[in-house]
Amino acid sequence: MKQGSAEVEVQHGAQHDTRVAWEDALVAAALLAVDPAGLGGVSIRGMPGPARDAWLGQFRAWLPETIPWRRIPSHVTDNRLLGGLDLAATLAANRPVAERGILADADGGVVVLTMAERVSATMAARLTAVIDTGEVVVARDGIQLRHHTKFGVVMLDEGLDDSERAPAALLDRLSFQIDLSRLRMRDIEAETLIDAEQIVAARAILPNVQATDEQLKVLCVTAQVLGIASIRASIAALRVARVSAALDGREKVNGDDVALAARLVLAPRATQMPATEEDEAEADADNGEDDTAEIEQQPDDVTPPDQLPPENALSPQDDPDVEPPQNENQSDPNREPEEAKQDDALGDKVLEAAKAAIPADLLSQLLINGAGPGGSKGGSSGRMGATRQSGKRGRPLGARRGMPRAGARLNVIETLRAAAPWQRLRAAEALMQSSTLDTSRQKIFVRQEDFHVTRFKERRDTTVIFVVDASGSAALNRLAEAKGAVELLLADCYVRRDQVALISFRGKKADLLLPPTRSLVRAKRGLGGLPGGGGTPLAAAIDAAVQLADSIARRGDTPSIVFLTDGRTNIARDGSPGRAAAEADALVSARQLRSQRFAAVFVDTSTQPAPHAARIAREMGAIYQPLPYANASTISNVIREKALAK
Amino acid sequence: MAQPFPFSAIVGQDEMKLALTIAAVDPTIGGVLVFGDRGTGKSTAVRALATLLPKMRAVIGCSYGCDPAVGAASCEQCAALKAGGHVIKSHLVPVPVVDLPLGATEDRVIGALDLESALTKGKKVFEPGLLARANRGFLYVDEVNLLEDHLVDLLIDVAASGENVIEREGLSVRHPARFVLVGSGNPEEGELRPQLLDRFGLSVEVKTPTNLDERIDVVRRRDEFDRDPAAFQEKWHKEDDKLKRKIVAARGRLASVVVPDAALRLAAQLCMKLGTDGLRGELTLMRAARAYASLMGDTLVTDVHFGRIAAPTLRHRLRRDPLDEAGSTVRVERAIEEVLGPGSNAIKTAA
Repeated sequence: MKQGSAEVEVQHGAQHDTRVAWEDALVAAALLAVDPAGLGGVSIRGMPGPARDAWLGQFRAWLPETIPWRRIPSHVTDNRLLGGLDLAATLAANRPVAERGILADADGGVVVLTMAERVSATMAARLTAVIDTGEVVVARDGIQLRHHTKFGVVMLDEGLDDSERAPAALLDRLSFQIDLSRLRMRDIEAETLIDAEQIVAARAILPNVQATDEQLKVLCVTAQVLGIASIRASIAALRVARVSAALDGREKVNGDDVALAARLVLAPRATQMPATEEDEAEADADNGEDDTAEIEQQPDDVTPPDQLPPENALSPQDDPDVEPPQNENQSDPNREPEEAKQDDALGDKVLEAAKAAIPADLLSQLLINGAGPGGSKGGSSGRMGATRQSGKRGRPLGARRGMPRAGARLNVIETLRAAAPWQRLRAAEALMQSSTLDTSRQKIFVRQEDFHVTRFKERRDTTVIFVVDASGSAALNRLAEAKGAVELLLADCYVRRDQVALISFRGKKADLLLPPTRSLVRAKRGLGGLPGGGGTPLAAAIDAAVQLADSIARRGDTPSIVFLTDGRTNIARDGSPGRAAAEADALVSARQLRSQRFAAVFVDTSTQPAPHAARIAREMGAIYQPLPYANASTISNVIREKALAK
Repeated sequence: MAQPFPFSAIVGQDEMKLALTIAAVDPTIGGVLVFGDRGTGKSTAVRALATLLPKMRAVIGCSYGCDPAVGAASCEQCAALKAGGHVIKSHLVPVPVVDLPLGATEDRVIGALDLESALTKGKKVFEPGLLARANRGFLYVDEVNLLEDHLVDLLIDVAASGENVIEREGLSVRHPARFVLVGSGNPEEGELRPQLLDRFGLSVEVKTPTNLDERIDVVRRRDEFDRDPAAFQEKWHKEDDKLKRKIVAARGRLASVVVPDAALRLAAQLCMKLGTDGLRGELTLMRAARAYASLMGDTLVTDVHFGRIAAPTLRHRLRRDPLDEAGSTVRVERAIEEVLGPGSNAIKTAA
C-alpha cells in the first residue's frame, strides 16, 4: 500500500495521533470496500459530524454505485428487518404477498446500523444469525421463506462512555473498530492516495491472494499476546492481510500486510498489554484521569521514540530497525515453530505494529469489562441488559398475542393485521351461519385470537450500595477521602436518578446507615455522622451488602456494590477477633457474593495494597482497584468509570 | 446454507461434539444445550450435525414424516391414509434439522391456517409449522436465551408432551412433534429459565481454546474452508463418514447394551449426592451412559461411562449453592470422585 507519507512527523502529540487515526480509518475503508461481506464490516465510534460524514462519503465512493446501501434504524421492526407479510399488497392482491426485509434487500451491499449503542441483544442476534448463515430465514405471519444474502455492516456507535457500546456479538464479527470521536477538522483534510481503480483491481486479485502458514501463526500469536479471546479476531486479521495484499496488487501476503492487519484488527481488541509493557501501562492508568494528557503521553509510554513510530509500521523500508518484508521466506526451516515465534522478526514487527495502535484508554476499558482473556463477566456486570419486559411503560418492544388485561395495552394495528388475512374466510362463515343476519353491514371480523398487546421495555433502576470501611486502620488513613469520594458520587447518582445505599462497618459489625434512597440530603447526613475506629469486620460487611443487594434484586432493580476498604480484616463473622479466622470468613462471604452475580467494585484504599485484598476481590468476582495515593476525586472517578457508567 | 462446515473439522470442543453425537444415537435423551463463549463454533457444530445423521424412513404423503414402522397411525394424516385403504408407502428422507429463527412468529412455529387458501379460496387448510417439520428430527434454537417468552412457553410444553395442539379459526389439529431440542447461546446475554433448562438432557459449556496450537488450527481450517468449501468438505468427508458409520452402529447396538443394577445404583447415588431434583437426572444419566457405551462399542455400562457423561448430564440440574465457591462442573466432578472412587476422574479426562 502506498501509505508512507514523505514527511514523517517526529512530533508525538495529540494532533499527530489523531491524524494517524484518520489515516487508519481511511485505510480500513479502502480494505472494506474491496470485500465488504468478507471482512464483515466496521464499527465507527463517534458522534455524527464532519469526520463521520467524510468517512462514509469516501467509503461509499469506493463501493460500486449500483450495490445496495441500506440504513437500519435501531428501532427497526422484525417485519422490516427480516421480512414478513406485506399487508397492503396482500389485501389488494387477495393472496399472500411477502415483503422482503432490509437484510434480504441488502444482498451484495452494505447495511448501515445507526445508533448501534442502542441496539438490543435480541436485534444483534437476528443480525448475527443472518451474517453467520448467509441467509435470512423468514418464519412470520404465515410466510416461510429464505433469501440468500451477504452484506457488509457499518455500525455507527454514538456511545459516549465505555458502558454504552455496540453489542459485543456484532463487534466480534466485524473486522474493524474505528474511533473518530477525537478527530478535529484539520485531521480529516488529509487526502488519501488510494483510488477507486485500485479497489476494483483488488477485487479481481483477491481470490488468488496467498498467505503463508507462518503469517497465519504470527497473527494467532499476536492475538494471544494481546489477550484477545475470540478466535474470530485472528480469522478477520488474516482476511484483512489478504485484502491488503490485493489492494497493493500483489498475490502474496507480505509482512506489511500482516502488520497492518494486526494494527487495524487486533490492536483495538487488545485486552492486555504485552507483558513487558505492563508496568508502564499501569503507571499510565494511575494518572490517566486527564484525557488530553493521556493522549499526549500515549505514544511515548507505549512505544519509546527510538522504536517504531506508528506510521512507520506500514512502511518498514524506511525503518532501519525492521527487516525487509521478505524475511518470512528466509526463516530457518529447521527451527521448530515454537522456537521460531520467540525471536521471529515478523512476529516482533507485527506485535510492535499492534502495540503502537492499542488505544490509550485500554486500561480503563479493561476494568469496566472485567478484563482478561478469561474474563467472562464482560457486559454482564454493566448495566446493559438490565431491562425487563413490562406491560405498562417504557420503550415499545413490539407486540405479542394476548388479551388486553392486567394493564396490558391493546395494539390496534397488530390486532387488525392479525385479523386481516382471514376476513374473506370469516365473512363466508358468518354468511353461512346466519343467513338472516345482514353480514354485509359488518365490515371487519375481529376475533379473540387476533388480539395483540404492546410490550414495553422498562429500564430498571440501579441502586449503588457503598460499603465503607470505618475501622481504625482505615480511619487513620483514608476514611476522609472515602467519605469525600462517596459524596462526589452521590451527586452523580442523583443526576442519573440512581438510588444509593450506605453500609459502614467497624468494631464488630456492619450497619446499614442509609437504606436505598434518592435523597441526597439524607445520604450526606448519614455520611457526615460516620464515626471511625475499631476492628475491621469485613465478612459481616460483605454479608450485609449481599443481603441488601438481594432484596434490591428481588424488587426488580439492579444492585451494584462498591467496597471502599483496605481489606485488612481482623474480626470474624461471629464477632471474635483474629486475623486468620476473619480472612477465612471474608473469603466465604466473598464467594457468596459472587454466586449471586452482583456487580461489584473493590477499591483498596490502603497505602500499601496487599495481595489479600486482591484475593478477596477476586473471590467475589469484583473489579479490584488499588488506589494507594488517591484522593477523593480520584476514587470517585474510578468508581464512576467502573461501577456507575451507563 | 449451501456448504456446512464439516463436523469432524471442528477443532477441540470434545464435550460438545460428544453430546451432539450422543443425542444423534439416542434422541430420547432430550436435547442438548450448548452454552459458552463467542466464536467457539457452537452453531457451526449444530448445523454440521445434519450431515452426520443417517436417513430415515418416512410415510409418503404425511406432513409430519411419520415412521411407517409404527403400527398404529401416529397422526391424523396417516390415519386418513389408512382409513382410505391406501397402501402406506414410504421413502428415505434426511433427518430434519430445523432452525428456529429469532423473530419467528407463533403461527409459523406451531402451524396455522394456510394463508393462500384462506385468501384466495376462502378455505380452511392447516399449514404445518416448524414444529411439524422438526418431528423425528432436531429443532435448533440459536441464542436460545433471547427467544421470546411466549415461544419459550410453547417449546417447553411441546417438548414435554411430544405433541403439538393448534386451535385457531375453529380449526383443531394435533400432531406428533417429537424432536431433539438443541439450543445454543452466550450466558452473558441472559440466563435460561429453569423450566427450559430442565428440558435439555445434556448441557455443555464451551470455552475459547487457550492453547495456541489449537487456536492456530481453528484459524487455519476456517481459512481453508472459506477459500474453497467444496475441497475442504472433500478433505473431511472421510472423517465425517467414519463418524456417521459409528453413529449408525451405535444405534443398532443401543438396545442390546446392558445397564447392570449396580450401575443404576451408582446413578442414583450420584444424583442424591448432588441433590438434583426429580428423576429426570437419573433417567437421562442412565440413557446417556448407555448411548455413550454403545458409541464406544461396549455392551455393558460401567463406571467409566458414567464418569464421562455425568458432567454434561447433571451440571444444569444442580441447585445453586451460595456457600459453594466451585462451579457446577467442579461440583459434579467432586461427586463423581466420591461416588465412583478416586481415580475415576483420571479416566474421565483421559477418555
